[in-house]
Formats: sequence, C-alpha cells, structure tokens
Amino acid sequence: MNERSSRVIEARSLTKVFGGKAAVDGIDFQVKPGLVTGFLGPNGAGKSTTMRMILGLDLPTSGTVTVNGLRYQGRVWPLHEVGALLDARAVHPGRSAYNHLHSLAAANGIARKRVDTVLEQVGLASVARKRAGGFSLGMYQRLGIAGALLGDPGTLLFDEPVNGLDPEGIIWIRTLMRSLAAEGRTVLVSSHLMSEMALTADQLLVIGRGRMIADLPMSELMARHSGERVEVRSADPQRMAADLRAAGARVTLEPDGTLGVAGLGSRQIGELAAERGHVLHQLRDVTASLEEAYFQLTGESVEYRAAAAVTSGAAA
Amino acid sequence: MSAQAGTVPRGGSLLYSRLRATARSEWIKFRSVRSGPVALGLTALTVMLGAWLLGTSNRGSYLAASPAGQAAFDPVFTVLQGIELAQLFVGALGVITVTGEYASGLIRATFAATPQRAQVLAMKALVFTAVVWACCTAMSFAGFFLGQSALSPAKHAGLGDPGVLAAVLGGGLYLTFVGLLGMFTGVLVRRTPGALAALFGLLLVLPLVFHQIPGKITMNLREYLPDAGQQAYTLAHSGAYLLGPWQGLGVLTAYVAVAAVAAVALILRRDA
Repeated sequence: MNERSSRVIEARSLTKVFGGKAAVDGIDFQVKPGLVTGFLGPNGAGKSTTMRMILGLDLPTSGTVTVNGLRYQGRVWPLHEVGALLDARAVHPGRSAYNHLHSLAAANGIARKRVDTVLEQVGLASVARKRAGGFSLGMYQRLGIAGALLGDPGTLLFDEPVNGLDPEGIIWIRTLMRSLAAEGRTVLVSSHLMSEMALTADQLLVIGRGRMIADLPMSELMARHSGERVEVRSADPQRMAADLRAAGARVTLEPDGTLGVAGLGSRQIGELAAERGHVLHQLRDVTASLEEAYFQLTGESVEYRAAAAVTSGAAA
Repeated sequence: MSAQAGTVPRGGSLLYSRLRATARSEWIKFRSVRSGPVALGLTALTVMLGAWLLGTSNRGSYLAASPAGQAAFDPVFTVLQGIELAQLFVGALGVITVTGEYASGLIRATFAATPQRAQVLAMKALVFTAVVWACCTAMSFAGFFLGQSALSPAKHAGLGDPGVLAAVLGGGLYLTFVGLLGMFTGVLVRRTPGALAALFGLLLVLPLVFHQIPGKITMNLREYLPDAGQQAYTLAHSGAYLLGPWQGLGVLTAYVAVAAVAAVALILRRDA
C-alpha cells in the first residue's frame, strides 16, 4: 500500500449525461482515507455511474474526478492504487476463479502467489479451480472482492457489496471494510440501504437524481434526526396546538387528535401544559429512525416510486 | 512510477513492460476457456476431413473429365474448400473472444486493470493471431497432404510445385484474417448475435446477393468483397477472376484494417 500519497477521491462538478438526461449532475465531493464512506442513494440516483467515472470506464460529460490527484486513465498499473468491485457477475462463466484473478493480476504485474493469498482471504481457496459459472451470488461477491484486493490498493470502491451475501457474509464484509479503513485506506461503499450504512459507514455521501443531497458524518446524521419529535395527546387539542405554536413549536394535528410537535422538547411541553392548565393524556418522544432520516433527505429525489405515492399535479 | 513496494513491474521500458503484461493477461484469458480449443478443433476436423472427402470424390470425376476439364483442375483449391465451412468456426471464435467480455461485463474489469484500451485490443488481436495462425496453417498443410494422397492417382500437386506452398500458406492466412475480422466486428457490435450476423452477412450472404444480380459491374465488384481472400488458397487461374491470389488476400486485409481502425476509434470514445 502506498504510504506517501494522500489517497483522496475528489470530484469536481462531475457530470454525466445519457441521452439528454443527467445521470450525475455536477456533483462535488471528497472521499478521505481512514474512513468508510457510505455512498447512499435510491436506485438510479447515479451511484454506479459515479463509480464507473472514478474508474475511467464512463467518460464524464464535464467535470473531473481524480484519485490521489490523478485521472484513472492516466495510470499505468492502476490495480496497485485502486481496487474496485462493480458488478460481481462480471466473470466469464467458463473460467475458474483462479484464472480470472490470474489474468487481472498479470495485467498489472502482480505475482501469482498474491492470487492464492486473496482467494484464501475471501474464503474461496477450496473452489478456486472450479468454473465460476457454478458459483452462488455470494461466491461471486467474494470473488469480486478478491479482485479488488489483488493489488493491495490504498483506495477501494465497492458497489453494493452485501447484495446476495448470507448473514455471515454480511458481517464478514462489514468487518473487512472497517479493517481496510483502519489500515488507513480510502473506502467508498455504495448502498441503497440506510440500515447497512448505519452499521459500517463513518461518513455519508447522499445522492439523489444525480445531485449531492448531503455530505456529513454518520454521527451528525444520527444526532440531527433522532428524538426531535414529540407526540402529545390532550383533552383540548386545538387550544393545545395554539399554545404550542405561540411558544414557537411546529405543530401538526392528526385526525385522531394527536399532535406532532417539533421544535420543543417533551420537558418544555410538559411545563407549558402545566402553566396553561392543559390536561395531558400522553407525552411521548418519537425517535426518528435512520430510515426516516434517509427518507427525509431523499424524499424529493426518488426516481421511481409507486404510483400511489405520487401526489396529484406532481408529474414533471 | 508509483511507490508500490516491489510489486510494480520494473526493468525495460515502461511501454514494453506494460504491453507484455497486457499480452500475458490476454493469453491467460484465451487459454482458460474452452471456446478456443473447441472452435479450433472443429476447424481442424472440417479442413482435414473435408480435404480427404473432397480428394476421394474428385479422383473419380477427374479421371472421367474431358481434357479441357482436366487442364483447368486445381488440385490445391479442390481439397482445401473445407475452409469455406471452417471459417464459420474461426470467425465465431474471433467474435465471441470480444463479445463474451462485453456480455458478462468482464470488459470493465479488463479496462479497470488496463485503462490503455487500444493496447488491450492490440494485444488481444496479437495473442489471437499467433494462436489461430499457427493452428490454421498447420491444418492447411495437413489438409493439403491428406487431400493430395486421396486424389492420387488423379492430378495432384507436391509442395515444391509452382505456387503450391503459397496457396497452402494462404489457407492458414485466410482463416486467420476471417478470425480477426470477427474480432473487430465483435468490438463494433458488442453483442454476440448481432456481430455473428454482421460477419457472416459480409462473408457469406453478400457474395450470394451479388451473384444474383447480373451485369459486368456487379461481377467486377464481387471480386472486392471480403471472400475474395479465398483466392489465397487457389493455384492460379482459370481466368474467371481479375485478381490473383495475393491480391484477393489483400482485399480481405483491407477489410480487416478498416474494421480495426473503426474498432480502436470506438473503443476509445465509448463508455465501457
């Protein structure tokens, strides 16, 4: 692994247009070493396109993306710097796992024994000589990860790596990504599952409809979006709502008379109720789940949603 | 050069070591799937079995033919006509060597390992040419000897006779160029069915179409279709063609060159 360079992935105004439609729309970001950075967004948000541009496979319509300050296409032995798992199924079904990795290793002057090492590392050593066509999706994922690790690179990209893995495999890859980051490598992992990111990522890049929606530490997202709503039931919801609004809270009134209150804590609400002589039936903190936080972030940007959820007149 | 601890190839010029690494990678890919041996095995079977059958069946018809017919008899082309069928296998091998990578998505891993895409295509073609040319030339010789022994005692040829060695070498070259045309067509089309249709449309269907249209112009144009390369394994010349054996092969070479240039231009500009 390269100790000298800064190993930062940096995108500037990165744009990719397919047939008049921007799949990636002028995004800027930095992915730093030593952290697992989660690249989160709904399907079709532009995550895979961005990853392909980082690897020089798709050419940006405008803007740039570099790894360690260099365009990928300018690298001579790229696997020593950047390893990637894009599509795990991208293997010739008739070729063995060993020969698949050997061909990639040979292309970058990587020794044969390194192939055995990574096969051992991902747990495929016993099936290394078998044709990949017979592999399960989980085995394909492991083979793809072995390919990413081949050159012992300082920067690693994983596109939806837990797809198809069994629970044991999922825990294995979480541990692997955490340890790769702990060794000082730059790790970018895409997913459309917030719950997965919550368990692995230190930093989050949230993308929707090709635009960067958020770039923040995971801890900040958790702090920002948990415990900020209080549910209140009282004898006179209308008057309660008016008093809360007067105190500066944002209040929504549900059909069943429940008040959703934001902007005031449960303690302040209780004190206000006592002051104004309200009878409280219930006072409850509602902890927003991370999934809700994610929906709040991406709500506007989901590409394909069920027709029922589309509000009238929203057709673009 | 990057600071990778001892793992990055050193020594020689950078371009040379880069090209050698790409060629090694392509060779490992070529030899680690079955399509190569299967296609070349079928090619060998077709050329050699064809030569023996054609030799045997033409022995009788030669002896029964008129003196004019006997004079026009080409003992080399007659027994090597199996190549016309065998080109299907070599052409298909060229196509799927490329389209197989596009179909599985492996091409992305290939280009991620070697971002110098033109170099990947060049080394792929080099490995393919070396293997296919060696095998097909050997088949052409084997077919020639089998065919001549089957023809005897009718008119048959020895390797030392005028033009014979060139014609036998021409058989191997023709098959190799068909394979390369398939490979570059594969890059242009990217999908297996479409690329096979394009290649065999050009090699087999187009000549038939031209054959159906009467007139001197189509007769002359017909000689400039890629299958003109088949003249490479004829012993000259009934006079039915304007182009000689090497000129015919030159026509095919021109098609291969145009396809190669188009393939490189597209591979550099297209998203993988």
